[in-house]
Amino acid sequence: MAPRKRPKLAVWKFSSCDGCQLSLLDCEEDLLAISEAVDISYFLEATRKPAKGPYDISLVEGSIATAHDVETIRQVRRQSRTLITIGACATAGGVQALRNFKNVKSFISRVYAHPEFIETLDQSSPISDLVAVDFELRGCPVNKAQLLEVLSATLNGRKPNVHKHAECIECKMRGNVCVTVAKGEPCLGPVVQAGCGGLCPSVGRGCFGCFGPTETPNTAALAEKFAALGLDPRDIQRQFRGLNANAEAFRKESERHGN
Amino acid sequence: MATKIIKVGALARVEGEGSLYVRIKDDTVTDVRFGIFEPPRFFEAFLVGRDYSEAPDLAARICGICPVAYELGAILAMEDVLGVTVSQPINDLRRLIYCGEWIESHGLHTYLLHAPDFLGLADALELAKVDKPLVERALRLKKIGNDILEIVGGRAVHPVNLKVGGFYRSPRKAEIRRLRDDLKWAIDESEASAKLFSGFDFPDFEQDYTFIALRHERDYAIHQGRLVSNRGLDVPVSEFLDHFDEEHVEHSNALQGYMKAGTSPYMLGPLARYAINHDRLSERARAAARSAGLGPVVLNPFRSIIVRAVEMLQACEDALALVEGYDEPDRPAETATPRAGVGHGCTEAPRGVCYHRYQLAEDGSILDARIIPPTSQNQKAIEDDLRRVVEANLDLAPDALQWRCEQAIRNYDPCISCATHFLTLTVEWA
Repeated sequence: MAPRKRPKLAVWKFSSCDGCQLSLLDCEEDLLAISEAVDISYFLEATRKPAKGPYDISLVEGSIATAHDVETIRQVRRQSRTLITIGACATAGGVQALRNFKNVKSFISRVYAHPEFIETLDQSSPISDLVAVDFELRGCPVNKAQLLEVLSATLNGRKPNVHKHAECIECKMRGNVCVTVAKGEPCLGPVVQAGCGGLCPSVGRGCFGCFGPTETPNTAALAEKFAALGLDPRDIQRQFRGLNANAEAFRKESERHGN
Repeated sequence: MATKIIKVGALARVEGEGSLYVRIKDDTVTDVRFGIFEPPRFFEAFLVGRDYSEAPDLAARICGICPVAYELGAILAMEDVLGVTVSQPINDLRRLIYCGEWIESHGLHTYLLHAPDFLGLADALELAKVDKPLVERALRLKKIGNDILEIVGGRAVHPVNLKVGGFYRSPRKAEIRRLRDDLKWAIDESEASAKLFSGFDFPDFEQDYTFIALRHERDYAIHQGRLVSNRGLDVPVSEFLDHFDEEHVEHSNALQGYMKAGTSPYMLGPLARYAINHDRLSERARAAARSAGLGPVVLNPFRSIIVRAVEMLQACEDALALVEGYDEPDRPAETATPRAGVGHGCTEAPRGVCYHRYQLAEDGSILDARIIPPTSQNQKAIEDDLRRVVEANLDLAPDALQWRCEQAIRNYDPCISCATHFLTLTVEWA
C-alpha cells in the first residue's frame, strides 16, 4: 500500500517573543511523533529549508504591527486550509498592544534616536482583525498540552477539546486556597479563560490574565471587588491592562477607570 | 568590475526575524548589513507608569527563549533601587532556575539549531532521520532544563514564581530532589556533547575579539558579578552606561551596541564568558574543554558550539550541587518597600550580558526604563565576522557562501525577538 501523504504544517511568526512556537519545540517527548504525523513544511525557527505552500495547517504566532505584516498574513491565509492562531499576541494583540492606548510617535522617540527609520502601525492587532481564523488558542504562552490537543483534533477532523470556562474553576479543581478570599490579593481568575492549570494562585499570587477574557466575563463586578480590596482606579486599570489589554472585555473595563 | 550581492530575506534557525545583506565589489566586501525586521515592540516605553512589581512579568515577554534573563535583570535592578538584599537560599534558587534556562537554551541551540550546519543538514528533523537516538538525547537534555524552570518557576516559558525580593512560593525539597538523577545523566551527556561537537569540521577563522562578560569571585558568573573585559575593564554593573551605549542604524529595528572607548566591536556570550572565566569552570568542565581541543581562550566563533557544551556541563554540575544542597528558605521573599531612585541589573543571558536600568518614583512607579539585550550588542561583531567570512570565502559557490554566512550568524545564537526592541540575509551577486 502506498504511504498516505502527510498533511503539511507551517509555523508563522509576526510580532512576538517566540515563546509560543518554542512551546512546540518544548513538546520534547512528542516532537518526533509530531514530525512523523505531519510534514513540517515551513518553520523558520527550526529549519532553513522551507517548502512551498499551500499548507494544510498554519500555526500563527504574533500580532500584526506593520504594513508588511498585513500583506504577509493575507498571503498566509490564501495558502492555508486551516489557520490556527496561537498565543496572546496572535489572539489579542499581545503585550505590545499596550501601545494602542498611547501615542505611538512618543513611544518611537522614547526608544529610537531616528524615528524616521521605524516603520510601524499605530495599533498592534490580533490576526482575526485581518483574516478569518479557524481556531484561536489562548495563552501567554500557550499551554503545550492544549497545543497538542488542537493539532491532534485538527488532524483528525474533530473539534478541539479546549474549555472556555473561567480560570477560577480550574483553580478550584486544583484545590488551591483562594488568594482573594484568604489573603485579599487581587486576582483575575473569575474573568480569565482557563488554560494554565491555576498556576499563579498555586504559588500564592493572583492571576494576571495570560489566557485573556473568558466568555461573558463580569469584569465590572470584579473591578468593584478590587475597589473594595482598596485598589485605586489606576491600580484597577493596570489589572486589566496587561498581556491581553486589547481583548475587548479587558479594554473596555480598563477604559472605565481612566484614560 | 564585478559586483556580487548575497541576500537572505528571512534567516532560519534563529529566534525572531532577521536578514543579511552583503555587497561585494572586485573581491572586496563593500557593505554588510545584518538587518532586524522584527517589528519594534516598545517595551521601554510602555513600562513607564507601571508599578515596579509588574516589570519582571512584562519584561519576560521580550523573549520566550530567555525569559529568566529578563525577569531576573528587572528584579535585580528593582532590588538595587529599593535596597533589598536577598538571603543565600533565595540567591541559590535564582542561580538554579537560571542554570535551567542555560541548559534549555544551549541544548536547543547546539543540537537543534547549530549542529545541522556542521553536518550539511537543513534541520534537526533531517538529523533525526540520520541519528534518531542522538536527537532524542538532545531533547532529553533540553527537557531537563525545562524541568528545572517548571519546578522552580511554575512553567518553562515565562515562569510565574519570581518576584522582586525572591519567590512567591519556595519549591518543596522533595520536588527539587526529583531533579537529581536526571542532572547526573545530563552531566555525562553534556560531556559527551563537547566530545561529539569537537569532531566537526570547523572553518579556519579567528578574530582578536574584545570580550565582555560578568565575572564573579567564586562562580562561573551567571546572575551576579562585575563587568570585565579581556582588555582591562573591570567595573561594577552600575557603571555599564559609562562604558557602553547603543546607536540607531537605518537597516535595523534593533539599536546597535558599542563601546564608548575605542571603535572595535565587542563580543558577548559563550566565547567571552569562557575566556574571562576559564579559571572559574569546574575541573570536570575544564577537562572536557581540554579533551575537546580547546585552550583557555577560543577565538574561532564557529567553535562556540563546543563552548556551549562546556557551559552546559558547568550549568548541570552547578544545578546538581544546588539541588543536593537545597533546603527550603525560611521565607520565600524579602520585603520590598517602594522608594525613589535609580537601579541597575545585569545578568548573563545564554547569549550574553543583558542590562536593565530603571528609575522609580517614590510610590514605586517606573519613570524611566532602559533594557540593553545581548543580541543588539553583538550586532556589530556579527557584521564584522560576516565581512571577514565573506572575504575569506569568495571562492565558494553562491549557495555555499550564503550557508556559511548564515552559520556565522548562528554562531552568536542571536535572539532577534530580544533585540527589537532585532534578522533577513541578503548577499548581492550581480
